[in-house]
Amino acid sequence: MQAFRYIRAQNAEHAAALLLQQDGRARILAGGTDLIVALRERRIETDLVIDIKGIPEVEEIAYSPTEGLRIGAATPCYRIYRHPDVIRWYPGIVDAASLIGGIQIQGRASFGGNLCNASPAADSIPALIVHSAVCEIALPQGRRRVPVEEFCVAPGRTVLGKGEFLVSLHLPPPPPRFGGAYLRFIPRNEMDIAVVGVGAAVQLDESRRRIVAARVALGAVAPTPLFVPEAGEALIGAEAGEEAFAQAAAIAQAAARPITDMRGTAEFRRHLVGVLTRRALAKAVERATQTTE
Amino acid sequence: MSSKVIVTTTINGEEFEFLCEPRQSLLEVLRDVLGFTGAKEGCNNGNCGACNVLLDGVLVNSCLVLGVEAEGRTIETIEGMAAGGRLHPLQQKFLEHAALQCGVCTPGFLLAAKALLDHNPDPTEAEVRHWLAGNLCRCTGYDKIIRAVLDAADAV
Repeated sequence: MQAFRYIRAQNAEHAAALLLQQDGRARILAGGTDLIVALRERRIETDLVIDIKGIPEVEEIAYSPTEGLRIGAATPCYRIYRHPDVIRWYPGIVDAASLIGGIQIQGRASFGGNLCNASPAADSIPALIVHSAVCEIALPQGRRRVPVEEFCVAPGRTVLGKGEFLVSLHLPPPPPRFGGAYLRFIPRNEMDIAVVGVGAAVQLDESRRRIVAARVALGAVAPTPLFVPEAGEALIGAEAGEEAFAQAAAIAQAAARPITDMRGTAEFRRHLVGVLTRRALAKAVERATQTTE
Repeated sequence: MSSKVIVTTTINGEEFEFLCEPRQSLLEVLRDVLGFTGAKEGCNNGNCGACNVLLDGVLVNSCLVLGVEAEGRTIETIEGMAAGGRLHPLQQKFLEHAALQCGVCTPGFLLAAKALLDHNPDPTEAEVRHWLAGNLCRCTGYDKIIRAVLDAADAV
């Protein structure tokens, strides 16, 4: 590995100032499961590694019924999927956090890192999109917010500019009768990269039979994780059931722009988008049905 | 360029102070600086689990941790698993079930299994297989390892 300096940032402003000073020759370290491999393989070069773990807002999870859920960008996956409020209110987030890598990876890897790595196949991103998550970004002066669906702009590239880094993710409080789910297809049981991933979330009416709002997002079928608003809009007012799910799935399939690579053909991926969208919606509806008032 | 950094850490209950470069992984520090050669370098990219250690009680791949990150932390390695000259029940069951052949993956499997039993003392076979999915073995095969862990869970 090339030589670099290492600094533990005191707070978000400190980290942002260091990033700006280095003018692109510094890297943020969260869990390190992507960064350290990339440095070792010399895919990236850096003069300075800025460790943001230890900044409280960057590695804490906080939930309140009025504010919703805040996940520090460097919070490791295992703390996300074991958090009682995440388990209770955001099971679709648990789905994603518990299938990123194996147990050892989940001990370090974070949602912030998964976002900043900006893989089209990132498991956390479709799940975050359907939960309407917003990225809080620190600048040298101040903060800005970007919806998760706008954060990745190309494979490996994000909206982050000079001196900017991701501090936390904000998920609104779940509305009544809300459910979310994330499913992916891999040829193995565990420890693989998504051939296709699908996130879905729904809100049901008081009878718990009709859908009042829905969101669908896809992974590994476009250069970035793909939000498909028209799939969710088609479900508004529909009876929650296979017919409606199939209609949304067809829209998701039409929106997907898959390629053929070592993990699967474009045709197979488009097929998977249909299957997984139907299943993820069914799971989301099942969870929404089980919520208590 | 980068000078060495002094790091203070606790390994298997004992305090250590060492010098390392920021680019050195915790695995390199454990093996090459401190002589804890139980953690193995397998893939060096987070796939195989041969370098597993517990960092503040959490299972991690030490190849994906920088040595400087160990400052003020608590590390458990395979060298600390047998207490007072007595093998840990998992180690004993690995022997009884012949759950190792060349042994390179064994320290990682043992620490991963220990982390599992600390978290879930009575796992199902499916839970054991799921938990150990991040550890690779190239010779014995997985079945004996799974049997040994399940047997150790019964014994603990």
